[in-house]
Amino acid sequence: MSERLLTIDNLSVTFGGLHALKNLDFHVDKGEIVSVIGPNGAGKTTFFNMISGMVEPTEGDIVFKGESLIGLDPNQVTARGIARTFQNVRLFANMTILENVMVAQHCRTKQGVFGALFNTSGFKQEEAEIREWGEKVLGFFGSRLVGYRLDQPASVLSYANRRRLEVARAMATKPEVILLDEPVAGMNPRESEELTGLIGQLRDEWGFTIVMIEHDMGVVRDVSDRVVVLDHGETIAQGSYEDVSTNPDVIEAYLGRPAEEAS
Amino acid sequence: MSAPMATNETLPARAALDQEWRKVVNHGLLLALVLVFVSLANMPVSLDSRMIIEPMLSMGYLSLLWIPVVMGFIVSSEKVLEGIAYHAKGAREVLAGGLVGLIGGLGLSLLVVLIDNFDLRDPLVNWSPALLDLLQFGNGIGFGVIIWPVLGFGLGVFGGALHIFTAMTRTIVGWVLGAVLGIAVFETVIIDLLTERLPFEFITDWFYFIRGGLSQQGAVTAALIGGGLGYLRVLAQRGVVPTPVQDYKQLVGPERTRANTIIIITCGVATAILPLLLGRITNELLANVGLFVLLALGLNIVVGLAGILDLGYVAFFAVGGYATAILTSPNRGDSWPDWVPQSHWFAALIVVILLAILTGLFIGAPVIRMRGDYLAIVTLGFGEIIRLLFLSDWLGGYTGGAQGVTNIPGVDLGFVEIKGTDPRAIFYLVAVFCAIAIYVSWRLEKSRLGRAWMAIREDESVAEAMGINTVNVKLMAFVVGAVLASFSGAIFAAKVGSIFPTSFIILVSIVILVVVIVGGMGNIVGVIAGAAVLIGVLGGPKQPGLLAEFSEFKLLIYGALLIFMMLKRPEGLVPNVRRTRELHQEEFLQDAWLRSQVDADEQDGAPSGEVAPA
Repeated sequence: MSERLLTIDNLSVTFGGLHALKNLDFHVDKGEIVSVIGPNGAGKTTFFNMISGMVEPTEGDIVFKGESLIGLDPNQVTARGIARTFQNVRLFANMTILENVMVAQHCRTKQGVFGALFNTSGFKQEEAEIREWGEKVLGFFGSRLVGYRLDQPASVLSYANRRRLEVARAMATKPEVILLDEPVAGMNPRESEELTGLIGQLRDEWGFTIVMIEHDMGVVRDVSDRVVVLDHGETIAQGSYEDVSTNPDVIEAYLGRPAEEAS
Repeated sequence: MSAPMATNETLPARAALDQEWRKVVNHGLLLALVLVFVSLANMPVSLDSRMIIEPMLSMGYLSLLWIPVVMGFIVSSEKVLEGIAYHAKGAREVLAGGLVGLIGGLGLSLLVVLIDNFDLRDPLVNWSPALLDLLQFGNGIGFGVIIWPVLGFGLGVFGGALHIFTAMTRTIVGWVLGAVLGIAVFETVIIDLLTERLPFEFITDWFYFIRGGLSQQGAVTAALIGGGLGYLRVLAQRGVVPTPVQDYKQLVGPERTRANTIIIITCGVATAILPLLLGRITNELLANVGLFVLLALGLNIVVGLAGILDLGYVAFFAVGGYATAILTSPNRGDSWPDWVPQSHWFAALIVVILLAILTGLFIGAPVIRMRGDYLAIVTLGFGEIIRLLFLSDWLGGYTGGAQGVTNIPGVDLGFVEIKGTDPRAIFYLVAVFCAIAIYVSWRLEKSRLGRAWMAIREDESVAEAMGINTVNVKLMAFVVGAVLASFSGAIFAAKVGSIFPTSFIILVSIVILVVVIVGGMGNIVGVIAGAAVLIGVLGGPKQPGLLAEFSEFKLLIYGALLIFMMLKRPEGLVPNVRRTRELHQEEFLQDAWLRSQVDADEQDGAPSGEVAPA
């Protein structure tokens, strides 16, 4: 088996009396695509918020490449190689598309006031590199986000393109693991099929490890190596899509709606 | 950034008497209220000495007369939305304006009668015979009661008629009024510019009456000039005459860079030459404007770029001022040990920069972990704390307490000493530092740091999740802003020669913030324009502006202007493209939605993208 990247050990978080997550164990290996599914309110987004440092767990440990992430700020988590997207698209709407991916490289670059003021060669070189990498990640989505679009504000993009830019922005931080929070939510079937293909490419060609929250079972089935099902903050099943989708607990969690039907 | 002109259908104009009476009466009563308020705030009387056109129109009367016009216009204004049909404007709108003016005028008539019959000077200090006399135009009670409704009606009709003017007429009327007012308001500067060094007395003699105000022939000439320029503007809009602005906006790449270079060099040369042609008073004015430009540029980085609402910005100005004063003056507090030298201004400046950085970190560190309103309130507190520290007995031995620090020498450059008695030299000093501040703002905005600031302004949590160390980056904004403000403080100390805690009251913070907001947040040109308009024309917290008579009403006008800008033009005088977008989000979204509908119709069914439909 390949190298273990992210291990989550007995993780719990409570908000007041509410157990958002309870004794969760989870792991991701390098090069895996893991889907996290579960009914609404199961704690999926809290789970992402915890990995990315936006919520502090009450108990348990998150270990990334042998180092605990507990107590780190979100920007430190990102700097260590875990990037994320947001369920409700949260772009920097008034910055241009290029700036959105340029600013995401903040933690990979270091020029400060001095370089900017005196336009040093180091500054120029770094700006050029930031720009180049930015255009490269935008180019991942074909012609949709490049060309004349580079200098347009993110707010003019269509919904699907905003979702794509979110992914591009996460890629721009040069991560090892990307957390995708419902990447195809709100897209039409054609668009989500395209993105499904791209998620595969993210792993195969770019070498990212993917953890994905998704409600679209078609997408989950097509790309996942492994599926983890959460309900009421607990893992109720995990394994291959086939195993999980026939698991009676999972079917029950979805209120009797068989998961196969959704696909 | 204007959306393409609405393609609305127009419905025929409505009948003149088909009014929304309630709306007309409401606006009329509001107008009456405003007129009475302005009168009792004593604006007409105290501004009466400032003539616009001799002998017909003074600033005092103007302070009343413009209001019915605006109200008459507003009563029939509608928010135009794309794709909705509106009635054409016609007699109905003119009548509505007139009626509003009439009701407002009746309000003033009532005031005239009341002042004539009752004496309420006890609570209302401005309830005076002088006001009564002014409102009657010196012609007795009967005239006063009749004239206001008539005048109000006429002005209201004019306001309402603005709706039915063609765009061309409206532009020209606007330019005529603007030119007459502008030439009248800028009297001091124009006379100074044309006669101090240049031999153009014949022009100013033609335009201005000897005791101030436009002469009648001057007013007519000004109106003609305005009309001519307005007509040129109309031609430009129609594309008959080329407009430099349009041409400039279409430039791209190296051509644009070259145009920018030319503009910058021209501005630089103008800034260098202009003070030579001007006299003391105007140079003093320019120096004040410069000091506030410097402050506003610094605050612009904090508020406009990084989105940190700092209400205690004056603290950094104070630190710069006091540090310079203490390090250069022989008259500083007695408690200083001997090893603190009495140094040269430039040597002091280095210490000032270091102190500003420290203060920025000191104030910033506790503050920036807060957000929004909480942050604003805490910075407000720190601004006061710094001032009270300088005032306190505890530091009195060092800062002189309420006596302040006096005898601050100027800036000795070897061949010349720059000090407050030579406003021209001070202006040059300020201009150099403004140039530095502009360069810093411009370079930083396009850098990695500037992008991080903008990201934090847009969405702090996401910026943090995208790997930006928000604490460091926000501290950096505080520090850069603090250094720019301390420059201003250092020059201020050398300029005024003595500083006191009262020079750094909270009002200074507010005024700088208003300058930034009115000028246009996040925009360098906007900030300069804002400082020129507010500080140059109206005056700063303690510095008189061009309209020195306004000093009593400065805060009132600041407030009114701020409210107006927030309602009608939240992006400021010279908008930053990004801010405009942000503030008119709904309109943009609506337009974008309409456009996408059109696009969708056009390419309906056509596969978009690389993946074929399943």
